[in-house]
Amino acid sequence: MWSARSKAIGDYVKRCVCSNGRFMAGLVDHRSNPFGSSLASGVAETSRHALPFPCNMAAPFLVRRFESTLAGKQLELLHAGDADDDQALDFPGGKVTYTPEMKFIWENYVKRVPCYRVLDENGDQIMGSNFKEMSKEVALKMYNDMVTLQFMDTIFYEAQRQGRISFYMTTIGEEAINIASAAALNDDDLVLPQYREPGVLLWRGFTLQDFANQCFGNKDDGGKGRQMPVHYGSKKHNYLTVSSPIATQLPQAAGIAYSLKMDKQDACVVAFIGDGGTSEGDFHAGLNFAAVMEAPVIFICRNNGWAISTHISEQFRSDGIVVKGQAYGIRSIRVDGSDALAVYTAIHTAREMAVSEQRPVLVETLAYRIGHHSTSDDSTKYRPLDEIEYWKMARNPVNRFRGWIEKKGWWSEKEESELRISIKKQVLQAIQVAERTEKPPIAELFSDVYDQPPDNLREQETELRETINKYPQDYPSGFPF
Amino acid sequence: MATALRRLGRRMAVPFFRVREFSASTSVLQNEQSGKSMNLYTAINHALHIALETDPRAYVFGEDVGFGGVFRCTTGLADRFGKSRVFNTPLCEQGIVGFGIGLAAMGNRAIAEIQFADYIFPAFDQIVNEAAKFRYRSGNQFNCGGLTVRAPYGAVGHGGHYHSQSPEAFFCHVPGIKVVIPRSPKQAKGLLLSCIRDPNPIVFFEPKWLYRLAVEEVPEDDYMLPLSEAEVIREGSDITLVGWGAQLSVMEQACVDADKDGISCELIDLKTLIPWDKETVEASVKKTGRLLISHEAPVTGGFGAEISASIVERCFLRLEAPVARVCGLDTPFPLVFEPFYMPTKNKILDAIKATVNY
Ligand SMILES: Cc1ncc(C[n+]2csc(CCOP(=O)(O)OP(=O)(O)O)c2C)c(N)n1
Ligand SMILES: [Mg+2]
Repeated sequence: MWSARSKAIGDYVKRCVCSNGRFMAGLVDHRSNPFGSSLASGVAETSRHALPFPCNMAAPFLVRRFESTLAGKQLELLHAGDADDDQALDFPGGKVTYTPEMKFIWENYVKRVPCYRVLDENGDQIMGSNFKEMSKEVALKMYNDMVTLQFMDTIFYEAQRQGRISFYMTTIGEEAINIASAAALNDDDLVLPQYREPGVLLWRGFTLQDFANQCFGNKDDGGKGRQMPVHYGSKKHNYLTVSSPIATQLPQAAGIAYSLKMDKQDACVVAFIGDGGTSEGDFHAGLNFAAVMEAPVIFICRNNGWAISTHISEQFRSDGIVVKGQAYGIRSIRVDGSDALAVYTAIHTAREMAVSEQRPVLVETLAYRIGHHSTSDDSTKYRPLDEIEYWKMARNPVNRFRGWIEKKGWWSEKEESELRISIKKQVLQAIQVAERTEKPPIAELFSDVYDQPPDNLREQETELRETINKYPQDYPSGFPF
Repeated sequence: MATALRRLGRRMAVPFFRVREFSASTSVLQNEQSGKSMNLYTAINHALHIALETDPRAYVFGEDVGFGGVFRCTTGLADRFGKSRVFNTPLCEQGIVGFGIGLAAMGNRAIAEIQFADYIFPAFDQIVNEAAKFRYRSGNQFNCGGLTVRAPYGAVGHGGHYHSQSPEAFFCHVPGIKVVIPRSPKQAKGLLLSCIRDPNPIVFFEPKWLYRLAVEEVPEDDYMLPLSEAEVIREGSDITLVGWGAQLSVMEQACVDADKDGISCELIDLKTLIPWDKETVEASVKKTGRLLISHEAPVTGGFGAEISASIVERCFLRLEAPVARVCGLDTPFPLVFEPFYMPTKNKILDAIKATVNY
């Protein structure tokens, strides 16, 4: 009954489509068939034979699921046999085969999408793993930057606790994602961060002094002290300024990438997003635009298990983020975010696809947010300490990478201790200098609202200067007048 | 005391956690039943407990509300009322408000939290085009009057662009929703309960600066304060000052200082911005002949402009000076420049004097 009805609809659509050639030409994508296989591998399958009723739509749906992926695979083969071009629905977007079976795509999965990794917890290469070779020089810079990030986090966090800066967010646990992704990119690829990706800037040469200046909001901060700490941005490093509102950067990334495409640039865009951020409408908009516009964007979703206190089970019910790519027509991969070598390889390959094939790619990295959400948060209120401890010790991305370079013979205990002493000194030095540096001049309060200050702002500046002269005690010192 | 007041005028110098008496409202409270001393977030928390307890069809939800919320306003609610009535939502403001509209449309009380007022904009469409017009567009066949959207707003000393804004004026431009802002713990509890029980969708902005800072005696029972009723919190004869939320404490310092110079100020808390109580403001301005409005939001297009225009229409012949506005600057909210951006006590004091001596 159902299939007969479907066929009738199909014939009807066929007629409409045929009578309107333009409709068809505009909408049919001949290159791909997004309706191809509706069965993701590993998706639990409803047994066609288990339906206790022939096709009675009113009967309750008593369905049985195969528990093994094998059963699902077998069914897939069976369905492949069903495909019959004569019986296909020639629908805008490509042909859709018919099936006499009334079956739903199941919402859950028997087996989660596996996570690509190269190194085990000790930094040993896993037998048979494939990865992109990296030079000693790149590997050591990666390690150096990961350690730097750790020191920066520890010392800046402490500075916030002492009231020297107003806020801070650490990247602990996600050092490999930060640094290895940056290492796999070209420096002219444009980066649109969420906020937990300062390592990309570090890799590109933003100095510890630059970081400290931003956090202290002094006159040498490129953002002129206007934004909260960790809202870094640097034109020179092709790193767009962090904006607190979550996920807004994703549709923007598609626009930037489309411009690169139009200009035939040998570059792509990289947009970062957290697991929480994927719930925002802009996530959908960004991925969908990138797919439809065939824009060279790599979306890197840092799935770290938590969005402040919200566990991913309260955020989405899909198998994470990676599975969402296919729904948008975007190629996707899941990567172990604590494995720098795997992240490096995946991003390198994603970049090649994005640039040479002019298409978006989605990379989901799995690594835990080891730190509190920010200095305003105490995560022990909502998650178990041993969970944090486990990730910090057993799955630490920096230790793992160190294991690998040591086994390669590229790194020693002596070099390690020298590095630590030197970085610590540099970070402390940077915050001392930043703290002593004066604040941006008052005029910067009014500049950049528009390209030129309009009359209302000019008037307000004049008034403010009079007020400051009259009531200097109301205002903090250190701001050049 | 004087130094404390001056510090308050400066805001920046006041640690967020310093406990402070809200003199204007404590004086009002003196002759009422005794309550419990509590800060503003605790008062909100009490209101939410009462709302959930008194109405089995009330729900509280939003980002991170399950563990108590980033400002602790929802502490203990999930434990007490269960996860099906108090729950975390996915990180999606349009989803939160849209979901709330749906709940409310089915006769429930949907109490939605937006983590910061700065993040209410993804939900702007749901509020402006949906919640506000749900009743009107259906000829009153449907309504989402049970919806209350709570959001912390305003400066906090270190919030920068996106943890400081005062977006009330955007919502005051939307027929069909109400906008309410409390000034103190006692007000917050009574007004929030009124909002939750009002048969209209309401945006309730909470002055986050005062969450811990403002402390006063708050009755422990279930009480409601009327919406669309302004309150004269300080009587005077020379000039009328109108404000709401956290800004009132700054305005009050200016009134105290002006008083020392022999200027008698009348201070009005508008409480409900839309639909607002024109009569109370009009009566006051007819008495004093002068009006000053102060808010943290940028002066241009702020709600002060609406008050000014309305009062000029109604009191033109009684005004002895132009209406003064002391507000935030027409810039984004700037982190390190926050003390310069703010409508401080001395800016208000100067404007009071200029208006009186006009
Ligand atoms: C539009 C918007 N809503 C809410 C917030 C408040 N907020 C800041 S970070 C955050 C959680 C983000 O989690 P996730 O995307 O997983 O990133 P992570 O912090 O884990 O790196 C929230 C809710 C915000 N910044 N923007
Ligand atoms: Mg996260």
